[in-house]
Amino acid sequence: MHESSEHAHVEGSKRVFMMVWGWLLALTAIEVVLAYQRLPIKVMLALLMTLSIIKASLIISYFMHLRYERRSLALTLMPALVFVVAMMFVVFPDSIRLYLMKPK
Amino acid sequence: MAKEAIGGPDALARESVWSGGGSPYAVGSKKLGMWLFIVSDAITFSALLIAYSFVRVASANWPLPFEWSSILNATIMTTVLLSSSVTMVMGVRAAKLGDRGGVVKWLLATMLGGVLFDVLHIREWLGLIDEGVRLFKNPWGDPQFGAAFFTLTGLHMTHVTIGVVYLGVIAWGTSRAKYSAEDVEVSGLYWHFVDLVWMFIFPLVYLMSNKMV
Repeated sequence: MHESSEHAHVEGSKRVFMMVWGWLLALTAIEVVLAYQRLPIKVMLALLMTLSIIKASLIISYFMHLRYERRSLALTLMPALVFVVAMMFVVFPDSIRLYLMKPK
Repeated sequence: MAKEAIGGPDALARESVWSGGGSPYAVGSKKLGMWLFIVSDAITFSALLIAYSFVRVASANWPLPFEWSSILNATIMTTVLLSSSVTMVMGVRAAKLGDRGGVVKWLLATMLGGVLFDVLHIREWLGLIDEGVRLFKNPWGDPQFGAAFFTLTGLHMTHVTIGVVYLGVIAWGTSRAKYSAEDVEVSGLYWHFVDLVWMFIFPLVYLMSNKMV
């Protein structure tokens, strides 16, 4: 009984993996097309990063199975990562100062 | 197998804290260890990507060296890596179904993807070196381009290469019934993470540096 329900779960996931793969390839194609549009660089960066975060979420949720783990695992790992990365951006505005104060 | 009979991570978690239970994540220690490593490695790559963005924003003359052929090459590399992630999940699936032959077959396919990625990447590196890109020198603009590019993509390539070796060990051990399904799954986590990092390097380093930007 337990064996067969586990089997069904594994079988059903194959279709999900193929769908996720399709989405990842489609989003990659959109990114490449986007890179050749004449857009302001900030808009381009925002769009590309949004698409990349969607792709990363798909990989983490389905391929890395985090969606099906106990919620506490994701709640321990992800906020820590987001917090540390956010802290690294604290000094980032200095790059704009460097650019603006560069001797012309 | 004996360990499973006593109670896997799930059973441990179901026990009350007072009776010695209490695995708060209901995953094995190997899997938790790999997740913790992945978070710390993600922070390493974030630091490099942010450092690259920092020097690029501060620069008035950042080189945009990538022709359509380089972008196409990087797109093919992305496709190869994404597809190798799918062969990896198929390997993990085979491991859960107890199909050892399937695990070895899918892991070999995944390793092939990794090797193909490395070959395409090294070919591209050699092309850039041939055009005169060095760590602190290039023919087009700000000299930091080489250092940023080679450090970031080099660390990623190292991860792919280590991943190929890691999967090789797991495939070899699985064929000799040395490793469990959990070991295959944990190696899969690492492989998907390497794929995930590339999802950020590809747009930031390649797409944002095509000749039209």
